[in-house]
Amino acid sequence: MNHYLIKNVRIFDPENHLDQVGDLRISDGVIAEIGQNLNANSKETQIDGQDKILFPGFVDLHTHLREPGFEYKESIATGTQAAAAGGFTTICCMANTEPVNDNAAITRYILEKAQAAAAIEVWPIGAITQGLAGEKLAEIGEMKSAGCVGISDDGMTVMNSELMRMGMDYAKGFEIPVITHSIDANLSRNGSMHEGQVSCELGLKGVPAEAEDIIVARDIYLSQLTGCHLHVAHVSTAGSVELIRQAKQKGLVVTGEAAPHHFTLTDEACREYATHAKMCPPLRSEEHRQAVIAGLSDGTLDVIATDHAPHATIDKEIEFDKAAFGITGLETAFALSYALVLEKKLSLADLLKKLTVNPLKVLAKKYMGIQKSAPANLALVDLNKQWKYQVSESFSKSRNSPFDGWDLQGQVLMTWYQGKRVFDRE
Amino acid sequence: MAFDFPHILSMSNLSREAMEFIFETTDRFREIAGRPIKKVPALRGKTVINLFFENSTRTRTSFEIAGKRLSADVINISKSASSASKGESLVDTAKNLEAMSPDILVVRHGSAGAPLLLSKMLKARIINAGDGAHEHPTQALLDLLTIRDHKKNIAGLHVAIVGDIAHSRVARSNMIALRTFGAKVTVVGPKSLIPQEIKSFGVGVSYDLAKCIDQFDVIMMLRIQNERLGLTPFPSLREYSNFYGLNLNLLKCAKPDVVIMHPGPVNRGVEVAPEVADAPYSLILDQVKNGVAVRMALLYLLGGGENL
Amino acid sequence: MKKSRQILNEQELQALLQKLAAEISETEKTQGPFHLVGIHRRGVILAKRLLSLLEGPKRKLGSLDINLYRDDFAQSSTMPVLRETKIDFPVEKSRILLIDDVLFTGRTIRSALNAMMDLGRPQKVDLLVLVDRGGRELPIQADLVGLKLEVSDTENVAVRLKEIDKEEGVWLLGGNT
Ligand SMILES: [Zn+2]
Repeated sequence: MNHYLIKNVRIFDPENHLDQVGDLRISDGVIAEIGQNLNANSKETQIDGQDKILFPGFVDLHTHLREPGFEYKESIATGTQAAAAGGFTTICCMANTEPVNDNAAITRYILEKAQAAAAIEVWPIGAITQGLAGEKLAEIGEMKSAGCVGISDDGMTVMNSELMRMGMDYAKGFEIPVITHSIDANLSRNGSMHEGQVSCELGLKGVPAEAEDIIVARDIYLSQLTGCHLHVAHVSTAGSVELIRQAKQKGLVVTGEAAPHHFTLTDEACREYATHAKMCPPLRSEEHRQAVIAGLSDGTLDVIATDHAPHATIDKEIEFDKAAFGITGLETAFALSYALVLEKKLSLADLLKKLTVNPLKVLAKKYMGIQKSAPANLALVDLNKQWKYQVSESFSKSRNSPFDGWDLQGQVLMTWYQGKRVFDRE
Repeated sequence: MAFDFPHILSMSNLSREAMEFIFETTDRFREIAGRPIKKVPALRGKTVINLFFENSTRTRTSFEIAGKRLSADVINISKSASSASKGESLVDTAKNLEAMSPDILVVRHGSAGAPLLLSKMLKARIINAGDGAHEHPTQALLDLLTIRDHKKNIAGLHVAIVGDIAHSRVARSNMIALRTFGAKVTVVGPKSLIPQEIKSFGVGVSYDLAKCIDQFDVIMMLRIQNERLGLTPFPSLREYSNFYGLNLNLLKCAKPDVVIMHPGPVNRGVEVAPEVADAPYSLILDQVKNGVAVRMALLYLLGGGENL
Repeated sequence: MKKSRQILNEQELQALLQKLAAEISETEKTQGPFHLVGIHRRGVILAKRLLSLLEGPKRKLGSLDINLYRDDFAQSSTMPVLRETKIDFPVEKSRILLIDDVLFTGRTIRSALNAMMDLGRPQKVDLLVLVDRGGRELPIQADLVGLKLEVSDTENVAVRLKEIDKEEGVWLLGGNT
């Protein structure tokens, strides 16, 4: 059953010096053979890879799976199925579940659930503080032992600088990266979108770009003070791109990430009080969008992550200022990111790095990619395919995407995780 | 002209011609207010629901009188913040209302965009009676009508809007309407209450009322709403009043034919000194009177014809 | 093709108004003078013209817009333009001659009477129309009629006056050739 031969496909993994048209054999969960004119044996499913491209499976550093606690929005099963449809073979799930993943028992629960129900690899991210309350450190060491790959209070900012310093010092001792959601809680109080002309016209309380910059600057200084690896999640402002750029020039252990919606959309999408354009950090103005793209181009931003944040209709079909933050993103991430390649803002090799090698580097995980005997984690993609994203056909439980009905280019056709075909668009 | 607006949600949808048409229609209803029998049968059999999620006795009463003078069945529904917090969402409320098949829904809500959301969910015509810090179109219409009564031409006038611009739906609707009519508008207030981007409305900005008061033909004072401010962006009402309140002393520097307006209710002694509020150049009571007539005109214009 | 046939030209219409003015004077001899109230739009113009043809006692002129009193408001698909209702004399206990161009179903007159009653309680209201075309749906009759026509349902009577129309006269529109 789990034996495949992909024929005449462009095998693309520059990290392993691979960019060639050839055949690839999957057997017993691993990549068994890469070569030319391989012959299929009787138990193998043969796949025509003509005009298609084969990537190593993508890694998402930033997913909300909502389980435990919010299964009406998403579950480990549905979220990972949506991820597989987006070409991902590994996702990292954020700690803001109910209960919060702030101790080893919850971490183990998530991993057990994933073992049973997930289509792909799930790596939990633990909380920095107990209950994400920003008051006391969570049991970071035990969570790491149980399987957490990073810590983050995502959704919240640890506003107490002393506590944040303790957390980073402590995390450094356990060699686990700190991933930050950076918004000054006071400066952004009651804000529901970017502070700018659009928020002014709509009469909505805005979140100034500086609310992000201030926290990113603080955390960079704390990284300098503690030596802890700081990974800034979903960078949305020109200011924080510049701060990360400078931190890297200084040689600090700081990395940055961008989400597809921040380099695709601006605050103009919020007009008409469109709650599918409400997210945190908010969609910013065009100059910020361009700065994020520039940050991806010059390598300041290492990672593209989805911030897949599913919400049910009752959380979104309400007043804008009361609606939940976030959008689904796993299924649209590749095509929206590939648009940067089409616009010549990124090379295909750089795009792939930001979806594979770099997120693993942030987590200090070894990269295998496409090579003989490596686990067969693969995504078969048609880069020329023009298609329309229909949110009604999403594998996610939720429908909160601003990209419904969008015309996209570049489509994931099949995904293998450990040799098992976990997604087939046919 | 054909008045084919299904809803009144924002002044930005209304052209100058549409506003002129509303004013003309309003003139007919002002005549009715002078009659012994102030009631006409135009909306007999129609149902108007005043759906108020925020308290506003003034605006609600004004719409209620307007509806009743047109012989509509007027129903008031007040949703306090507490009942909304008990879990009934706006969508639930809308579905319940739909069962009563109202023809016109007058909506006051604390969230910007709530009337727009309702207009997408309901068959009824929607009139925005104030949504968050977004807009208050009927207030702007009655304000412009009041200005027109006293100054004839709105174009070319220099109008000041003074106070909490950041949180004011009255300011937003008036800025749009006044600019559409070709008036010059300057917003005045402490810098902490004026967003930088306000200039995109095509208005000037001043932080010093005393310095520019001599330029204005019309001065609109906004109500300071403590409850909406949270952390107050100014130190005290006393200091606010000293710099941005209108008193007789300050008015000595104003143009001799200046008129003063206020959407009410006035915080006497804060925004406007009592002797200014009651002076002949104060149009505050004219605003109230015009409010009923403008709302009659809008209910009439939205209530006629086949509701689709 | 719809047929259009002129029934009265400008001079004939003018003569008809002269005749109606004379009839008003005749009626006033026994009943006392009327105030003239025209129904928008052409009734107002006719009232103005009749007033200028009348001599003798001082009569006042008023105008009435009936749109707020229509019984078909909910069904109409176009929004009627409201015109000024202007009656500068006390309606209470006055004698009023209501004036319109064409009397058809009687519904306009019903609306006009209701509108009038909201302004006060007149002592007596008479009705003058330029053309009575028949086809009544309510028990309403005119006291003074310029021209009586028997017109089928498919036809329409149009009065055109030079103050607001390009031409002047009375036409019969529609019907089958
Ligand atoms: Zn976040």
